[in-house]
Amino acid sequence: MRFMMIVKGTKDSEAGIMPSQELLEAMLKYNEELAKAGVLLAADGLHASSQGIRISYPEPGGKPKVTDGPFTEAKEIIAGYTLIEVKSREEAIEWAMRMPDPHGKGEGVIELRQIIDPTDLTQNPETLAMEAAIREKMERANKP
Amino acid sequence: MSDSAVKRTIDAIWRIESAKLIAGLTRMVRDVGLAEDLAQDALIVAMERWPAAGIPDNPGAWLMTTAKRRAIDLMRRSKVRERKYEELGRSSELYTEDDIDDALDGEVGDDLLRLIFMTCHPVLSQDARVALTLRLLGGLATDEIARAFFVAESTIAQRIVRAKRTLNASRVEFEVPAGDELKERLSTVLEVIYLMFNEGYTATSGGSWIRPLLCQEALRLGRVLAEIAPSEPEVHGLVALMEIQSSRFKTRVNAAGEPVLLMDQNRAQWDRLLIRRGLAALDRAQKLGWPLGPYALQAAISACHARARTAAETDWPRIAALYEALSRVMPSPVVELNRAVAISMAFGPAFGLQLVDALASEQALKDYHLLPSVRGDLLFKLERFGEAREQFERAASMTRNDKERGLLLRRAAECAVKEAGGGEPE
Repeated sequence: MRFMMIVKGTKDSEAGIMPSQELLEAMLKYNEELAKAGVLLAADGLHASSQGIRISYPEPGGKPKVTDGPFTEAKEIIAGYTLIEVKSREEAIEWAMRMPDPHGKGEGVIELRQIIDPTDLTQNPETLAMEAAIREKMERANKP
Repeated sequence: MSDSAVKRTIDAIWRIESAKLIAGLTRMVRDVGLAEDLAQDALIVAMERWPAAGIPDNPGAWLMTTAKRRAIDLMRRSKVRERKYEELGRSSELYTEDDIDDALDGEVGDDLLRLIFMTCHPVLSQDARVALTLRLLGGLATDEIARAFFVAESTIAQRIVRAKRTLNASRVEFEVPAGDELKERLSTVLEVIYLMFNEGYTATSGGSWIRPLLCQEALRLGRVLAEIAPSEPEVHGLVALMEIQSSRFKTRVNAAGEPVLLMDQNRAQWDRLLIRRGLAALDRAQKLGWPLGPYALQAAISACHARARTAAETDWPRIAALYEALSRVMPSPVVELNRAVAISMAFGPAFGLQLVDALASEQALKDYHLLPSVRGDLLFKLERFGEAREQFERAASMTRNDKERGLLLRRAAECAVKEAGGGEPE
């Protein structure tokens, strides 16, 4: 299963202030650790929302409305994300706990969200039923 | 946290830490079976203590320290392994929390590499290599491995016990092979990983089937290997091949469980992230040196399909050339048959048929249903329907896959209609 670790924006990230050298190094090291465990799929930082664009649909069935950034409420803004592939929700949490505090000024928030995989074969009841049937057959065949 | 939540968290920590623990302990005690037991003992202590005391800040270091203390106790009590005990005594202060933190920068990566060379050692049977690698490097439990292979748990448990015994009896060293041996041993490691991947990717007989756990674990191990052995082009080649093949995971079987041919798959559903990762890995393999090895070449072929936005845009001349290069580094009638298909797509069915006809007497393809199947397809395109029908019928009698047999018989029926001068089959 895939999870997205979303790093929320802060006053600094919105002001375009780069993180300290120390934090950059810690993040780099953390990403290396993810890569060496074979769980890292992608990681990117995003520009401040002042360079962002919002497309909204205020009228149901109406035309989209385009608004230029910046947007208010830093906590609702995404500053970066890391995609990981893990075997359980707990493993995702464990990795997220090991991420360095993304801002270090009491504003750090990491949100963990599972990516929807509609054809996730391990979750598909039909597939699971088929697997159970095959297993039963194999177990019978394995018996002397 | 509730007890069950702690238990699930410990499981997750075990997944992350177990391979590093076992690798580090194997370096100390030089016995992979003992190392695994020590790591398991530490896990049991964690399960007893963590629910009440809470999970430590650095669980990996905690487990390692606990396992090492137990190793020392054990040695002290048994007094059998005097020399090893002295070694441990000397190094007991060396493995601190900082070491665990720094370990990823070098030592642990090296230990993991040594461990994978050990679990994929040529003294073990192919089955044993796969089971032991999944167990020690993948941190999978015996019942998980058994489920993935549809065999009884006791079969896998025995396989693992025997494998560890064989490694000890053969005095297999915990080391990364050097010089000429490295290339050969590395190809064994890659073979184990690719075998694991294919085991998950294809159904050998009966109804079609995909086992995602094996594919995911093979891909993860490949990615780990690419990090700890970054200068080996074939490692990146294999990773590229698995990433690109995985990108088609969802489209290769339809809702009825029937296989969907590459050319007929819905490309919009291919996983762009995995394709991007695959192409990047292929790029790394290519930058590390020519000529490309068999995995990088297969990845390059797979990449041609991944880059084509529609089936019609496929660069067949390039694929044909890559198959030719592949047949030089890995000569095989199956590769030759694939080359014939690529050539027919690039330059017309008549050219492909010449090559396929040349393969007809090939002993190795005697029971290979794809030979008559490909031949039938080329004959059909050349409107030689009578001969095409014979080939499809022959292929149908040879395949072990029910769904495929149905498909081949439908094609034979289509030939019969054309042969009789009719239009579309009913």
